[in-house]
Formats: sequence, structure tokens, C-alpha cells
Amino acid sequence: MANSLWGPLDDVQGDAGYDHHPPRMGFFTDTSVCIGCKACEVACKEWNEVPDDGYELSGMSYDNTQALGASTWRHVAFVEKPVEPKPLTTTDLGLPGMGPPGAMEGGATDGDAGVRWLMSSDVCKHCTHAACLDVCPTGSLFRTEFGTVVVQPDICNGCGYCVPACPYGVIDLRKEDGRAFKCTLCYDRLKVDESPACATACPTESIQFGELSELRERADHRLAELHERGVDVARLYGRDPEDGVGGDGAFFLLLDEPEVYGLPPDPVVTTRDLGSIWKHVGAAAATMVGVGVASFLGRRR
Amino acid sequence: MSPKGGGGGGRGDRLMVPEAEFESYYGKQIIKTPTWKTPDVPLYLFLGGLAGGSALLAEGAALQDLPALEKVARGAAAAGAGIGTVFLVHDLGRPERFLHMLRVFKPTSPLSVGSFILAPFSAFSTAAFGSMVTGWFPRLGRLCGVGAAAFGPPLATYTAALVANTAVPAWHEAHRELPFVFAGSGATAAGGLAMLLTPVDQAGPARRMAVAGAALEIAAAESLTHRLGMIAEPYQQGRPGTLMRTARRMTTVAAVATLLAGRRSRLVSAVAGATCVAASALTRFGVFEAGLESARDPKYTVIPQKERLAARKAAAASGTPAG
Ligand code: SF4
Ligand code: SF4
Repeated sequence: MANSLWGPLDDVQGDAGYDHHPPRMGFFTDTSVCIGCKACEVACKEWNEVPDDGYELSGMSYDNTQALGASTWRHVAFVEKPVEPKPLTTTDLGLPGMGPPGAMEGGATDGDAGVRWLMSSDVCKHCTHAACLDVCPTGSLFRTEFGTVVVQPDICNGCGYCVPACPYGVIDLRKEDGRAFKCTLCYDRLKVDESPACATACPTESIQFGELSELRERADHRLAELHERGVDVARLYGRDPEDGVGGDGAFFLLLDEPEVYGLPPDPVVTTRDLGSIWKHVGAAAATMVGVGVASFLGRRR
Repeated sequence: MSPKGGGGGGRGDRLMVPEAEFESYYGKQIIKTPTWKTPDVPLYLFLGGLAGGSALLAEGAALQDLPALEKVARGAAAAGAGIGTVFLVHDLGRPERFLHMLRVFKPTSPLSVGSFILAPFSAFSTAAFGSMVTGWFPRLGRLCGVGAAAFGPPLATYTAALVANTAVPAWHEAHRELPFVFAGSGATAAGGLAMLLTPVDQAGPARRMAVAGAALEIAAAESLTHRLGMIAEPYQQGRPGTLMRTARRMTTVAAVATLLAGRRSRLVSAVAGATCVAASALTRFGVFEAGLESARDPKYTVIPQKERLAARKAAAASGTPAG
């Protein structure tokens, strides 16, 4: 089918072989209203019974979780960025009436300390073209009827191929267990018409769950609104179906460059180059046959 | 966490190395480091090449009636595949589920394709060797030998697709050259091992294979480092850089010695052969570790992607379609 490996793809479930299926579901994480409470991290762990990932103090910020991993399916990043002395213009981001007043302007400011705070709850992107799924040799990773990407623990043999394939560094092997784990977008809850645990727990509606097409519209409005108010740094990340992974099922509104949050600036699914990879392997194998034949030509011994 | 932190804007401040200006999240890596274990996986890459090349040598030797060479090469093909499979299984997080590899066939997964190369290759090469040693079913044994020779070059080269089809910058961006590096390295190893174990008067094809493989490997690695620019750094610096350089020197010396005296001296032939085998293994360790290095340092992920974005923006601004 066209664009199975790369490029815009309207019907991911159809491409994966579903004839009748519900609409594609996803997350829109609006980081401009995130207050860094980590309710999503906790709710995810509890609902999915994800084991602890060590009680370490990172020493780098309030972020002691540090990264997504086999036992961290939501990760709240805390970016502390020094700002230039000039005062930040305070902007009402239109946050639902919660949290301390003045605590979340322009990604939250602390004028006195000269530090700007950025908080963002990261998660598996449930890519349109998911490298993890493409490379999984056992079929353990699969596309659900909701268009999400899920690991089947009873199939996974812990080969680890999905780990370096993911352009976002999301999925990982759990050492003690040997198998790969990541966010399931609460597949079990979706099947009974429930929202994912993290979105339900989020007090500021930073994490929004819904039909992807609707979330995209909502995000476009939100972006226009922020730009109108002068928050020029706001941008959508993973929203564009023309990007290197065909758009993310879980996308974001960010207030700085993606790499500041630990996200790749221009991720591309590795399988975009699959044709070229196999072509070069074929040519190299043919060359090796040539080397073999040539070795037996000429002098006999 | 990146131990050296690369040029990353570590610790939240904006101090950056001037030549590599980029921001990062506390200097942390973006993609995950491959969980594949050392030495399991590099040895598997090496043994696949050795076995694949040896299967070719074995069939040629059978055709030209060089029994000593045939025996060594058939043994190397069977043993390489067998031991390689053990390493591959050992690397799994759930080794008892090895057969899940054959549950489905997925062309998008080189590991799946590779399983369907490794399985028949192992069967054919083992049967061919067994038949030769026991003298049972000689015709069937030869047929199996032909089968092994057919699956040999794919076995030696698919592993390049295995590592290239990832987000690891030093592997993925090298996907055009790595298959040729692996083909050359496999031929060097197969030729080298046969030189070590075969009398010189039957080792002519092994010598030619080792020398041709060495030339191919060195040329491909050279063009890789030229084309990749900053992403080739891990192949040139630190531990993987040392491995790659040592391998290249050993390969060169062994190839020259083979050309000069491999035909006349059993000793030179044996030493040069062993050097070829060791160099081939070092190359695989070098390639493997260069990949890990490029995964650990966020600059290899961020800088090329930023450049790509900037180029696309510039192309859009000038009205030409983005490439
Ligand atoms: S973000 Fe990574 S783990 Fe999640 S679907 Fe995409 S490739 Fe797979
Ligand atoms: S580790 Fe498991 S989920 Fe990941 S690619 Fe291997 S079999 Fe698939």
C-alpha cells in the first residue's frame, strides 16, 4: 500500500489490515499549562502496575525521573533556563482556574532568580510510521484498532531491536524481566471506553485525550490563540502528517526548541531508507559472490 | 546518561563547545543506547561474515578438487553458524523464546529476514560438513553445500542492514557503505582462517579471497568516513576509533604479507591468516562500539537534524522543493 513505510497516511488502522475500526485516538499534550505536578507519572504507574524505576536523586533539577524507559511511560521534564535580565512580558495563557496565580506565565517565570521554567509531560508518540513496530521480528509490537502501538509481553523475546530503532528514545528493555515495555495508551481502558489514566489525572488539562483529528484542530486553535497573545515561541511538535514519522499519535505544544526538552528536532522513521538499505545489502552480497568466484579463477592453487 | 556529555549544553547552563553549538536536556542522550550486549553481538556479526565467506570457499574448493581447503571451509561455515546462533540466542532477554523469531516474516525487520537466512544456512552448512566428514549421502551433502553457499553472502551482509535500520546515527547514516565493509570483512576472515589451517599448496583461493576482502573492506570504510562528516567521528575517535585503526593496520599488513610470501611460506601464510581473522573481528567491535558512542552523545542526533531542518527551510524560502 502507498506510504506504508513513510509519508502521510490517513488511515493507519486500515493500512495495518483493519477493515472496520474506531477512529484513531491520541494525546495532545499542551505543555504551556503543565505545572509539573507529576500526577500523570503516578497515575500511569498505578494503573499499569509499572514497577519502580529506582529512587535516585538526579541532582540536575526537580526531575529525578530523567527519561522515558521500560518502567517510565510518562516522564515530566523540568527545564530550567536562565533568561536575559529584561523582564518577561506576562501573558495569560488561559489556564483553567487552578494553581497559584502567576505561576505559569510564558512557561512559568521566576523573575527574581532569572530562571524560566518549562515543564512537559513526555510519552510514547504512537507514531504513524512506528520504527519500533517495523523492526520487531516477532510481531510482538502491533498496531491496535485505535491506531496506537502496543507491545504484547507474551510474544516479546527481548531481542532489543525496538530500543535503538525508536527515533525518540522511548521504548526500552526492563533488565530484570528481559522484555520490552512502553506506554500502551491504556489499551485496556480504551477498549472499555475509558480515557487513559494520565489524561484523567492531569489537573490542568495539559494532557488531552481524544480522536486525533479533533485534537489536531484543537491544537491549531490553541496555537493561534497563543500567537495572538504574543507567545511567539509556541509551536506544535509531532502535529504534521508530512513530517519524518508521518505525524505522531501523541503530539505536543512546546514553548522552546524540541531538543531543549530532550526531543529530537527532526525525527525520521528508519524504515524510510529501508529500500536503499536492502539495495546496498544486495549489491554487497553480489560483490561477495564476485570475490568468491574470482578467488577460484586463474592459478588453480 | 552520557558520560562525557559531548558538546551538550549540560547542567542547564548555556555553555557550549563553540564548534558544536546545540542545546540539550541537561546533556542527556535523546535516543536509547542499544541494549545489545558485547561481546555477543559483535561476535555474532563477525561469525556471520566468517561463516558466509567460508561457505563460498567450500563450494569453490569442492569444484576444483581441493579437499584440504574444502574440509576447513565447510567446518568453518558450520561452526561459525552454530556458535553465532548461540551468541544470538544468548543476547535475547528471553532466550527460551528464540523460536518466536520465526513466528512471522517481516521484510521491514532485518532481524526477521536474518532469522530466515540464518536458519537455512545453519541447516545446510551443518549437513554439508556432516556429510563430508562421515561420507554419508555425498550427493545430498554437496547439494546442501550449494545451498549454504547461496545463503552465505546474505548471511555475511544482512547484519549491516540489522544495525543500519535503527535511529543510531553512526549506523543508520552509514547504510550505503556498511554492507560492503561487512562483505569485505567476512571475506577477509574466511580467507584468513583457511590460510591458517590449510597447506599452502591448496590455500591459493583462500589467499586471493583474503586479499580481495581486505581491499574491499578498507575502501568501503574509507568512503564511509568521507561521506559521513561529523557523524563519522565515533569511527575515528576514542575506543572505537582505536579499534578501527588497529583493524585497518592489521588487515593491510596481513594482505601485503600474503601477497609477498603467502604462497611460499607456511608460517607467513598461517600468521597472516590469523591476523586477518583477528582484524575482521576488531572491525566488527569497532563498528558496534561506534554506534553505541553515537547514541550516547546527543550531538550526533541533534546537530544533523537541525542542519536538515535549516536546509529544508532555506529550500522552502528560495522556492525550490525540499530535498
Ligand atoms: S515513539 Fe518510539 S516507541 Fe513510541 S511508537 Fe514511535 S517508534 Fe515506537
Ligand atoms: S524486544 Fe520484544 S518488542 Fe522489541 S523488537 Fe524484540 S521482540 Fe519486538
